[in-house]
Order: sequence, then structure tokens, then C-alpha cells
Amino acid sequence: MKRLAYFPGCAMKDQARPDEAGTLHALALLGYEIAEIPRWNCCGTVYSLAQDDLMRHVGPVRNLLRVQGMGEKRVLALCAMCYGTLARSARFVQEPERLARINAFLDTEEDFRGGIGVVHLLTLLRDEVGYEKLPSHVKQSLNGLKVATYYGCMLLRPREFAVDDPDRPEVMERVLEALGAVPVPFPERTECCGAYLTVGRKDIVEERVGRILRSARGGGADLVVTTCPLCQFNLTERRPPEAPPLPVLYLGQVLGWAFGADEPTIAALLVGQPTPGEPVSSGGAR
Amino acid sequence: MNEVTVFIMGKGYRVPAGLTIMKAMEYAGYRLTRGCGCRGGYCGACATVYRLKGDYRLYADLACQTPVQDGMYIAQLPFTPAERPPYALQDLAPEGQTLLALFPELARCVACNTCTKACPQKLEVMDAVQAALRGDIRQVAELTFDCVSCGLCTMRCPAEISHHHVWQLARRLNGAYLTPRAKHVQERVQEIAARKFAVELDAFMSMDRDVLVAAYKAREIEA
Repeated sequence: MKRLAYFPGCAMKDQARPDEAGTLHALALLGYEIAEIPRWNCCGTVYSLAQDDLMRHVGPVRNLLRVQGMGEKRVLALCAMCYGTLARSARFVQEPERLARINAFLDTEEDFRGGIGVVHLLTLLRDEVGYEKLPSHVKQSLNGLKVATYYGCMLLRPREFAVDDPDRPEVMERVLEALGAVPVPFPERTECCGAYLTVGRKDIVEERVGRILRSARGGGADLVVTTCPLCQFNLTERRPPEAPPLPVLYLGQVLGWAFGADEPTIAALLVGQPTPGEPVSSGGAR
Repeated sequence: MNEVTVFIMGKGYRVPAGLTIMKAMEYAGYRLTRGCGCRGGYCGACATVYRLKGDYRLYADLACQTPVQDGMYIAQLPFTPAERPPYALQDLAPEGQTLLALFPELARCVACNTCTKACPQKLEVMDAVQAALRGDIRQVAELTFDCVSCGLCTMRCPAEISHHHVWQLARRLNGAYLTPRAKHVQERVQEIAARKFAVELDAFMSMDRDVLVAAYKAREIEA
């Protein structure tokens, strides 16, 4: 078993629990001993665009400090936003002067020394497990299920922390192919869902979500896959009435199902039944 | 007499060493009507901040529990203005978003840990904010069980969170919905209602006062 420090983030313990459950199921079968960071705090979510944003790095750095305290050199994130925030802070403190300022403020018994790597589930599967190893672990194939791979912003922007080529990503497609799914052409896969405008400007988010779902359906998808809890929320809770009623699942749910875990939405899709949460009348639109 | 010099709101006083801040203020002539309660470290009324000469840190503690030190600069915080939105416990669910919906400022936490450093009860205050953010109400209740609502974390918080009101709601939700009912208590209440102990209780109810007092004094007490 390979030990891997794990930062869940708030969403994985609340609305995104199925993502965590499926992922941990799969990673255990891939030989990982997942060690959740003790006493982690919020990743820091939206990072500041201000020039002087040092204070905004205190939260994420504190998490990295706890990874250091575990004796680990890297940490896994599942949520696209947690990944981006932690990776950004890990890079921020590479400059010694900033690291010293953060340490002076933190005032903890042990200083943060830097050098903690941040990996996302997708980069772990690509760079360490390897796409080619995945099929041998698959317990139930996705069997040609047509999937739309929705990256959104956080996995690919800014460029320095992108999990893949920001303009032509393929990592999610390759992972899902290895699980037996068929990624469909999906031009809007890297478009922003509207993110936090979901609070104050629902109209903008609805417009974008409608466009994204139409693009996914236009390619022939039966299912949209994402790694971001906010995208998942917007794509399901902010869809305009006329949008295609596609189910939206986390990558971890799909991965978990392929590795033998229960996932009713995928099971229903594969036998052509109406999926949970989808109006029965929509079945004929495929 | 061994004396130290303290500065109460900027004015210096010689006071006996070994006094608490609260006693030192009274020794200096203050008559405390606010910022003073149980004098035992339980009520949280005597929140106080101080600095020591040559030390940049701002310390926070309870005046009734903290001995004076030479060169201490002291100011009391008898009251903490804090926002508590109205709610009815019976209308709330012990779910993920309940705390955040009522106290959206929780999301402004940058994990600076200043709250934890300010807590005179040595609670892991920031961990409780983080648990509240992810909707772990039981964890919030457990981490803040010993909170005395002194308000010092609230006064120090750059995110302007009203901590003790969040903790109170979490403990109420935990008590009302998440804590298992004690089965033996319910059974005993039913037994009493069914008059299982009628003979004994009726005997006490009809006793003369003197006999009752004597019986009380002669009762068996657990060691």
C-alpha cells in the first residue's frame, strides 16, 4: 500500500460525499492507503486577485504545514477548487521572503519548510497509476456510455496550475476511456459555469449552464462528468427549464462504479432507464 | 510587601503581586459593576486584553483567572457586540448548511487562527469555525463545549464572526437532534408516571418538616 495524504475540503464532507466515497473505494483497490490530514481547515476557496494577498495564503499553507507534520511530501485533492487553491499557495511560498512572512504570522511551533506537492485525482491517475493500468482494475465497464467531460475553469486556470493543456485537455477523456466510456465532442467543456455568480446573478449562471448542457447533449452525451462541487451544483440546480435534462456526476462516482461500487445513476443509464432525478418524459430526446 | 506596577487603561498603579487582574483593579479603586460575574472562570464576563512591556503580542484572558505581572497594560472588554440572527430551533434541521445560512460570515474565515490564540479556555476555536463551515454540527458542539462566551475571539476575528452565537446554535442543534436520548431516563420517567415509587414518594410528601429534614440529613451520600 502506498500512503497518500488526503485533503478532503468542505464539500467532500457535505454535498459532494458521493465523490469522496467513490474515489476512496477506487484508490484503495489501486493500492493507496489514504491518510486524511488531521484537523484540516478550508482550502481558502476563492483566491484573492489583490496584489497583496498574503493573508489569503495563510489558510492553505496551514493545511500544507499539517501535511509536513504527517511526514508526507505531497497531498491529494479531489475538488477542483481545493486543488487550485492549495497548488497556488504551494507555489506562492516557493519564494523565501513570502515563506518567512507567512511563518512569522503563523507563529506555530514548527515552521513550514515548503516543498509539499499538490496532486489532483486526475494527475494521480495519469502520472502515477497510468491510464493503461486502469482497465485491469475495472470490475464493471462503463460499456460505451457517452460522457461529456466538463473541466470548467479551476482544473485548467491559471495555466501554472493546470492539470493539463488549458486549451486542449485530454486527461479526463483518457481516464474515462480507460473505464470503458466514450467521451463525446464537447466544445464548451472548458467554459466557466458562472461559479459564484450563482449567489447574486442566477440569470447569468442559468444562461451559461444552458449553453454548456446543450453543447454536451449536442455531442450525444448521456452523462456529464465533473470534479468541481460548484460546477456540479450549478449544472444541476441552476439549469434553465429548456436545458437538456442530463445527469451530472462527479468523476469519483464514475470511477467508483467502474471499480465495483454502487451508483444508481450509472446503473440506470446503462440499461437505458430514466436516471434518478431525470423527468421520465425526457428519455426520448437521446 | 512584594508589589508590581500595572497600567489600567493607561494609568499606573502599584498593586500587591499575586492578585488577579480583577482584584488588582479593585485594589486600585475600581468598583466593578460590569465585566465582573462569577469570579470563578465560568461566566465569561471579565474578558480582558493586555500587553507586557517589550512584547508585541496582545494577550487575551479572563480578569478573574489571570495573575498580574509587572509592566502589564490592561483594558477590560465588558461587552462584545455580536450579531445573532433570530431563529426558531424547531424550524431548523441539524444539516450541513444550517449554520452557514444563518451566519454567512463564517465563510470569510481565512484560517488565521487568531481566535484560537485569543481563547482563555484554550479551545481550538478555528477548528470549530472550520467544522461549522463544512456543516459538522456535532464536531462544533464538542469543540466548543467549554466556551464561556467571553467574546474575546469575536473581538479579535478579522472575518468578524460572532463565534459564541454560532457555538450556541450548534450545541442546541446537537442537543435537540443529534444526541441520542438517554433510554434509562425515559424509562425512569415512565416508571415514576406509572407510580412505581408511589409508596416512597407519598411517604415523603406527607412527612412533617422536621422529620423530612432529619431524613434528608441522614441520607446516604455517594463518596
